[in-house]
Amino acid sequence: MRRVLLWTGVAALAFLLVAAIAPGLVAPADPLAIHPTQSFRAPSFAHLFGTDESGRDIFTRVIHGTGASLLIGISATAIGVGLALVFGLLAGLGPRWLDFGTTRFLEVLFAFPGLLLALLFIVVYGPGVMTSTIAVGLATAPGYARIIRSRVLVVRRAPYLEAATVLGRGWWSRLWRHLLPNVAGSLFVLLTLGIGQSIVWASSLSYLGLGAVPPAAEWGAMLSAGRTYLTSFWWMTFFPGLFIMISAVATTLVGRGLQQRTRHP
Amino acid sequence: MALPVGALPGSGARRSWAPWALLRLGGVAFVLWAVATVTFFAIRLIPGDPAEAILGGPGSQASAAALAQARADYGLDQPLVVQYLHYLGRMLRGDLGVSYALKQPVIAVVGENLGGTLLLAVVSLLVAAAIALALAAWSARGGRVASAVSWVLEVVAAAVPHFWLAISLILLFSTTLGWLPPVSVPGPLGLVLPVLTLALPLSGFLAQVMRESILDAMASPFVLAARARGEGSGGVFWRHALRHAAIPAIGLAGWAFGSLISGAVVVETIFARPGLGRSLLSAVQQRDVPLVLGVVLVVALGYMLVTTLTDLADRLVDPRLRAA
Amino acid sequence: MTALVSVRELAVSFGAAPVVSGVSFDLQPAQCVAIVGESGSGKSVTARALLGLTGGTVTAAELRFDTTDITDASRRRLQRLRGRDIGFISQGALVALDPLRPVGREIADSLRLHGSLSAIDRHARVLDLLAQVGVPNPALRASQRPDELSGGLRQRAVIASAIAMQPRLLIADEPTTALDTTVQAGILDLLERLRVEGAAILLISHDLAVVSRLASHLLVMSGGSVVESGPTERVLADPQHPYTRSLIAAVPTGRARFERLTSGPAAEPAPAEPAPVEPAPVEPASLEQRDVLAADRLCRRFGSLLAVDDVSFSLKRGRTLGIVGESGSGKTTLARLVLALEQPDSGDVSLLGEPWTGVRESARRARRPRIGAIYQDALSSFDPRWTVGRILADARGGAAGVPVLLESVGLSPDIAGRRPRHLSGGQQQRVAIARAIAPRPDILVCDEPVSSLDVSVQAQVLDLLDDLQRSLGLSYLFISHDLGVVRHMSDDVLVMRDGHVVESGPTEAVFGAPQHEYTKGLIAATPQLP
Repeated sequence: MRRVLLWTGVAALAFLLVAAIAPGLVAPADPLAIHPTQSFRAPSFAHLFGTDESGRDIFTRVIHGTGASLLIGISATAIGVGLALVFGLLAGLGPRWLDFGTTRFLEVLFAFPGLLLALLFIVVYGPGVMTSTIAVGLATAPGYARIIRSRVLVVRRAPYLEAATVLGRGWWSRLWRHLLPNVAGSLFVLLTLGIGQSIVWASSLSYLGLGAVPPAAEWGAMLSAGRTYLTSFWWMTFFPGLFIMISAVATTLVGRGLQQRTRHP
Repeated sequence: MALPVGALPGSGARRSWAPWALLRLGGVAFVLWAVATVTFFAIRLIPGDPAEAILGGPGSQASAAALAQARADYGLDQPLVVQYLHYLGRMLRGDLGVSYALKQPVIAVVGENLGGTLLLAVVSLLVAAAIALALAAWSARGGRVASAVSWVLEVVAAAVPHFWLAISLILLFSTTLGWLPPVSVPGPLGLVLPVLTLALPLSGFLAQVMRESILDAMASPFVLAARARGEGSGGVFWRHALRHAAIPAIGLAGWAFGSLISGAVVVETIFARPGLGRSLLSAVQQRDVPLVLGVVLVVALGYMLVTTLTDLADRLVDPRLRAA
Repeated sequence: MTALVSVRELAVSFGAAPVVSGVSFDLQPAQCVAIVGESGSGKSVTARALLGLTGGTVTAAELRFDTTDITDASRRRLQRLRGRDIGFISQGALVALDPLRPVGREIADSLRLHGSLSAIDRHARVLDLLAQVGVPNPALRASQRPDELSGGLRQRAVIASAIAMQPRLLIADEPTTALDTTVQAGILDLLERLRVEGAAILLISHDLAVVSRLASHLLVMSGGSVVESGPTERVLADPQHPYTRSLIAAVPTGRARFERLTSGPAAEPAPAEPAPVEPAPVEPASLEQRDVLAADRLCRRFGSLLAVDDVSFSLKRGRTLGIVGESGSGKTTLARLVLALEQPDSGDVSLLGEPWTGVRESARRARRPRIGAIYQDALSSFDPRWTVGRILADARGGAAGVPVLLESVGLSPDIAGRRPRHLSGGQQQRVAIARAIAPRPDILVCDEPVSSLDVSVQAQVLDLLDDLQRSLGLSYLFISHDLGVVRHMSDDVLVMRDGHVVESGPTEAVFGAPQHEYTKGLIAATPQLP
């Protein structure tokens, strides 16, 4: 059962990656081509996901938007985990006062829960793809930092580090050969789980008009454009949203699957 | 080296409340001060002249005299340190400034909108907890199939973006079936779709942590001992497993609060419900700095309140923490 | 008289895999029957079959308690039986109580489920039961959570819960595992008293000596079936089955120093063979007589607790110094001080005649290879990402010596590609030993090295340590709570209690004619084979 789910996730991710790298293979049409006569067509064989207000094929646009959307998710996660790594390692490895200071700092960041930190960032730097990506990264960093810190503390107290001391290994050797590799293992799982969540968050910001803006073929931007026609032409928002959900589910399946493997090998 | 736990039998539990409360109070004060400070200085990073923003942004073509007047009115001509201290002083008095866009005191705007969001959040939390409990109980009893099915439900629920769920629910229940109104109307009927939108993803997360700890508890030796005592499966679940599942679920409360507030921004916008989330979004869109600050501070206060209550609940459920 | 419990041809399987087959025995009131076996022998599953709690498929020609056919009984009937007629003292005394509930509530549960007492009467009865099983100050203890109670008190509370309804049958699954020797003696006395008062007891244990103290009848299980059964005295004095014989031979208690615990050298490297690992560099003869390790007035304090209090000792080359003590005696802290993982508050340790504590770690690092360590939990002392081969190559400073190293601890070189978590407990400890001897140390600190191993595996590891000591000229600091193991392994011994040494000297002198009351009590409490 668990295996099936893991491989379903891997297959879905592989499909998304192909769509991101070579969208022409999946959807050969031009995502920006306008056909004013064919606007607002409901889903059919000719237009699998229907068409938008300018008659553009939504299936083509969704496929061509994969790259941009995945890139936003990956960059945001990289920013979040990167920042978290700095704070988590400082707190977990540093002297006690540094741990205390970093932990308090993270506590303050936690008091801007959820999207709040991202919204604050956007107020300061204005909306856009760039700022919303950084904002999502910033907003997720404290959570990751806490996980990394506790992981470092666990590994730091592990008996195998003490065994290395007894063998006469120095601090750097223990750090480099034992501690960092064992922390990195769980980091990989975090990264996988994080990408899906970042895509969801970034698309939420786009939907609210604070991220990517139309006419870019990006899922969040398509959603934002379709918002006005929500009640009459549901397919304009439904399908980009479906793809956001698929990517989130896929990364979660893969991440959880890997988590299970590392926990019960 | 294990320290002698219970060297002073029974005394630890009752004595450790006062220092805990003091420490906690100090922590709350510190975080609120830090949040106020961070936001104050973050706002200074905004490019452009704050006086211009007060007068309606760069497009307003305000005169030099009007700008100078605005600076004097808002104390922007004072040194930064003085401004900061004034700011803290006003915060302490509960004065959060005046909204640029609404020209109303921020505290009044927040007060007006707080109720709606609070109602939405609390009802959603209760519904999410009920769904999570049902899922967890089912998989605790049902064996592998139930466990796998609820696992899938949890993953999907947790991966659904709020806005997409809202759209799908509107399509299903309003557009297609016509059972429920697409925009929020006053009364309980209008609350159904917004609550479902917030509760479903949250229940996915809650159910996942609860199921894991319930399964752990059910496999533990003390449950075997309870069954050997003649306890039925219902008794085992309610008397033993549920308490163990409550601990990680309570631990999620702070996070759940954030998720509900973020969700409220989206849900209140889609369902056109008045509330804190919607005020926040429009304030962000119009760069209404005082209102954004006000909402952020109120949310931070709420977050601290929730985590303090969480901590309290943790210590009530898990007496091991009290001895520490 | 018909038996209270009658079991014929019991078989239990999980899915297609049979874990127990062909088990038969009878149990009379006021009789204790014991099932002895190592992990995976099926003894616990057999016990749970009587409660209908195996979770697998149970078949039997007869599985009867009094007049109830257990294989056929309804769920409701079984629930009434459990706790009322059959009391269960479960494995792992320390985890059998719900950590979130007061102890008294757990005991009251049996009364609530099966009796008609009011809440107030139940509470009174709980206090009564706690007093009966020898828990002092019952009113306080009933309101406490398990983690506020010591291991012995917890196990007494579990027993109180099991006997609350005065059941006619008590099933005790490893009732004293993980308890200190003196505490174990108290629990065994309590069980014996309950038996005399009329309860039938089914005792499950891995420890022959514990069993011989209580049981009149013995079943020896291995691989899911009974290999031998009979009256306890007959089985122990004249074992028929080779497995029973090896099990008895594996018990180190009362066995002379260097006497082998396993049968012959077949599974072991012969001690006469040339050492597969080159011996430590030859020291000047004068050093032979000098101490390789000496501790002088060591003290270590944690808060208000004096973990190690004025401990001095010396260890000569090729000898073993045993340290025996119960939990909280400070023996593990002492080991950490000796390994310089912990710094003493006062006093010092010298290694090969030079200062070892009180210098900088960087100064110590070059000499770290001189002193190695093995621990109780071997698995957690290995980096989970590393294979056996990498672990050993790292300790040795090159992959070349790995196969020889593995052979020297009785492992196949093929194992090098595997990860420790995929090995058995005994194999893991052997890998740990191989790692410890890889840098060719003079001294090994062994902290409870066999405490979590089965008796026969324990015997193999102890024999291996003996062999290595002789072939490599190693000196051991051997720490254990198990008096029998320490006595078998040590030339000299320290008896520790509450951080200080109560008695020390040559092993046979100390254990043969103990001077201190505590040592005498410890020896009396240690179960012995008749």
